[in-house]
Amino acid sequence: MLLFLEIGRYCRLLYDALRSCTEFHTYRQNLMSEMVKTGIDSLGIVILSGLFTGGVLTIQTSYQLTSPLVDRSAIGAIVSQSMLIALAGLVSGLVLAGRVGARIATELGTMRVSEQIDALESMGFNSVSFLVMPRMLGGILMFPIIYFATSTAGIIGGVLAGSATGLLTMAQFMEGARAFFFPWDVAFGIIKSVAFGFVITTVSSYKGYYASGGAEGVGKATTQATVLSCIYILLADFVLTAILL
Amino acid sequence: MIEIRNLTKRFGDHLIWEDVSLTIADGESLAIIGKSGSGKSVLLKHLNALLNPDAGSVLIGGQNIFELNYVDMRLVRQKFGVLFQGGALFDSINTYENVAFPLRYFTRMTEQEIEHRVLECLELVNLKDMGHKATSELSGGMRKRVGLARAIVMQPAYLLYDEPTSGLDPVTSEEINELIIRMNRELSITTVVISHDMHSVLRVAERAAFIDEKKLSWYGTIEELRVADHPRMREFIKASEYVI
Ligand SMILES: Nc1ncnc2c1ncn2[C@@H]1O[C@H](COP(=O)(O)OP(=O)(O)OP(=O)(O)O)[C@@H](O)[C@H]1O
Ligand SMILES: [Mg+2]
Repeated sequence: MLLFLEIGRYCRLLYDALRSCTEFHTYRQNLMSEMVKTGIDSLGIVILSGLFTGGVLTIQTSYQLTSPLVDRSAIGAIVSQSMLIALAGLVSGLVLAGRVGARIATELGTMRVSEQIDALESMGFNSVSFLVMPRMLGGILMFPIIYFATSTAGIIGGVLAGSATGLLTMAQFMEGARAFFFPWDVAFGIIKSVAFGFVITTVSSYKGYYASGGAEGVGKATTQATVLSCIYILLADFVLTAILL
Repeated sequence: MIEIRNLTKRFGDHLIWEDVSLTIADGESLAIIGKSGSGKSVLLKHLNALLNPDAGSVLIGGQNIFELNYVDMRLVRQKFGVLFQGGALFDSINTYENVAFPLRYFTRMTEQEIEHRVLECLELVNLKDMGHKATSELSGGMRKRVGLARAIVMQPAYLLYDEPTSGLDPVTSEEINELIIRMNRELSITTVVISHDMHSVLRVAERAAFIDEKKLSWYGTIEELRVADHPRMREFIKASEYVI
């Protein structure tokens, strides 16, 4: 029962947001700052995650590929393709579920419990258009960029780890990466990243927007936003992979 | 004129109040009193449709505001200025920008005109030099005054105050009371004040409505309130340590 209520309210919020997408002047200003906060400010952490994921994956793949019959360049192929198809999107999504999701839920939750959302509404603003729309759009627009940053960092991390440990040279790595580069993999990665951006920003907007019960309520909303974002990202990842791949 | 007709509000199974009917004439000042949790803030939020009732209507200019479409609703809401319980200032922008906020979005004023109007409003609440302050640097009383400046910046016809003096020292409370009276008398803004500070109520209001036991329990002028034979309201007034 409660679940249906929640889904209903979530859909209602999405519907209100989509309906207000023509009110560009309302969310224009916030959109820029949201794109910076969601995208640019997150680059550091996702690049770091990408570098380490690529590095670990390279060392681990070489450990698993013990057969002398397999060329070393296969490691480059496996690492770069795994990054592009699966890991870049998933790792950055999970990291940002915490970073971006918590920020959005806390911002909106605080605005709700301190009556700032009521204040916006009472002035005649459409608070969904003003607050939720720019956050959602910011996520959808910036997550592909985050995806590119993470996968590039992953490949660089792989190259660095490979040459630092002497497992394979940069030339070998790139040879494998190039041979198994398919544009569809990148397209698939972008589609997934857009979905993750949508999930994180809308779920945490929803939790924050309907927060209640003072500081404790905001804390609860933030926790739920990050946990639910992670769960829905994993679900979306599975569903999209099953359908599209 | 605001006409509240047979209004009932529930949150889930929790009845807040039912069958509340009340008329607020233009230019008058009404106080809504009642215990904490009796649903005063909830009632106030029905006057400009921030909340929707389960039954009943609120008529403004003869129009039921809950049936309005989005554009008309905006026009009705902009007739109201609201001072929220904690000020509800936007904490991402400074004091000046808070007051300028509605002007920037809903008027075509030039930067100069905006500055003129904002400073005018800030001066009215004695905060002319505080425009550059971040809202987090303001004291509780200052926040309320900035909230008031923001509430009047669009020249509303109705002003709603949610606990304007709660948590303030007597001197600052008195300043706020003065402001409420001035807004009401000088600018002839229709005023609705929620309060459990009886001193403030007797000072600013012409009429009072007492919400108790999930209904509008008593309703009349301040003179009538002083002599009313209503045990629960007597008790409420006495508990607020105000002798009348
Ligand atoms: N959005 C909401 N969802 C559920 N319940 C709510 C909501 N807003 C208010 N309530 C409940 O409605 C009741 C009345 O709340 P309200 O804020 O109107 O009280 P109040 O009379 O203004 O009290 P106070 O003087 O302490 O501000 C409370 O029991 C509160 O828990
Ligand atoms: Mg209240």
